[in-house]
Amino acid sequence: MWLVPKQIETLWTLFTAPVVWAAHFLVCYIGAAIYCAKPELVGLSFSAVRAGIAAATVIALSLIALSAWLAWRQWGLGTDDPPHDDPTRRDRTLFQGFATLLLSGLSFIAVIFTAMPALFLTECIR
Amino acid sequence: MGRYFSLSAASLLLASGSAGAQTSTQSALESAGAEAQQIEMLFWVMLSGGTVIWLGVVGLLLHSALVNRRRLAEKSASSIILWGGVVFPSVTLCALLAYALWLMPGLRPFAQASPAALRIEVTGRQFWWEVVYHPPLGPPVASANEIRLPVGERVELTLKSADVIHSFWIPPLGGKMDMIPGRTNRLSIMATKAGLFRGPCAEYCGTSHALMALSAVAMAPEAFRSWLAAQAIPAEGAGASGGALFLRHGCGSCHVVAGTDARGLIGPDLSHIGSRATVAAGILPNTEDAVASFIARSDLIKPGSRMPAFDMLPPDDIRAIAAWLRGLR
Ligand code: HEC
Ligand SMILES: [Cu+2]
Repeated sequence: MWLVPKQIETLWTLFTAPVVWAAHFLVCYIGAAIYCAKPELVGLSFSAVRAGIAAATVIALSLIALSAWLAWRQWGLGTDDPPHDDPTRRDRTLFQGFATLLLSGLSFIAVIFTAMPALFLTECIR
Repeated sequence: MGRYFSLSAASLLLASGSAGAQTSTQSALESAGAEAQQIEMLFWVMLSGGTVIWLGVVGLLLHSALVNRRRLAEKSASSIILWGGVVFPSVTLCALLAYALWLMPGLRPFAQASPAALRIEVTGRQFWWEVVYHPPLGPPVASANEIRLPVGERVELTLKSADVIHSFWIPPLGGKMDMIPGRTNRLSIMATKAGLFRGPCAEYCGTSHALMALSAVAMAPEAFRSWLAAQAIPAEGAGASGGALFLRHGCGSCHVVAGTDARGLIGPDLSHIGSRATVAAGILPNTEDAVASFIARSDLIKPGSRMPAFDMLPPDDIRAIAAWLRGLR
């Protein structure tokens, strides 16, 4: 399985999902703001903006799902229950995996909430 | 004399809430407009949703504190957290958010094929409202501190500010929209019931912010059209004798009165002030006494306003001007 990254021990994986959430938020809000301020500059219709938001959302959700899957693997596929509070290397790994999994869940929902207005709004003004 | 006017000014302000034959409403829970009705519905849906959740949480708390004090097994505790603490709130919030978003396009029907027949431009100023009607036919009609609109017809409001941020809000008729210097915001309202409504300035804008309100009169479409036609021409009373005093004392440098030489643009257009429900931006009843007190002691009634106090004028002149203004219908 060369596609799936090796398990590595670093704190950075913890932030993957929130970073994707932040990037998705900025893409949606800045994209819509630029389009609505200068539609002629972008030269597309508002449906294209909505399609763009949809695409960004699919990409963001897939990345977050991947991060969640890796976290689940790091959490030992759920074989152990929290709290992982022994001062051992194993518990540290499981704790980080579990925390990453929870953050991925939060980010997943947040990305959906961010994108939801695009389901209903049909023009810049409404 | 200053004392007489300041006393009567204070008592007028106190009485103004109850004064006037008609009472005006300012409640978002007594909606009289299509947009306001949706907002009221949104409020009730959110309130009921919140109440149900609150009852559920408090009920659970009481249940576990008083009724069933056993410790739960770790497995069932986790599943309560998962379902009650994660899945349920996410789904509920998602549904409430979807409902609120789903309402939004209907509150802003601007882009529809048929544009609103009537557009009213309202500009916020410290501490009053400049109003210009743009009917589909005919020239614009200027007014101030009151808007009138036909029942059952959608009106588009163009909202601007000439100085600082104000906010336009007539709760029974529609949503709230800021008036921002350098920007034009748009708001749609459609009155569904005739009546007199009140809208406060909803963004702090200076010393007399709390004394900046607007009356809105929703009336039958025919009555509205004849009213607007009458507003477009000088009032009958404009030629009466008080007008000379008005001009002599310099009021015309700040106020417009159609049919006279008064063409100032600093203060509200007074061409038809006699027909308005209130004076001084919704804070005084439209009576001769109130108008006279405002002319004499505007500095006390509206601290910080650009209307100078004229208590140095002979009281008889003030009376005569007030009577003349009341006659501008
Ligand atoms: C320096 C400009 C200026 C002059 C001169 C002036 N006014 Fe005003 N006037 C204003 C402004 C500004 C307002 C709005 C005050 C507010 O509500 O904040 C106002 C408001 C009013 C109102 C209430 C208007 C309404 O729509 O309810 C009346 C009545 C009035 N003025 C009468 C007079 C009379 C009479 C004179 C002359 C004796 C006069 N004004 C002179 C600036 C002026
Ligand atoms: Cu204001």
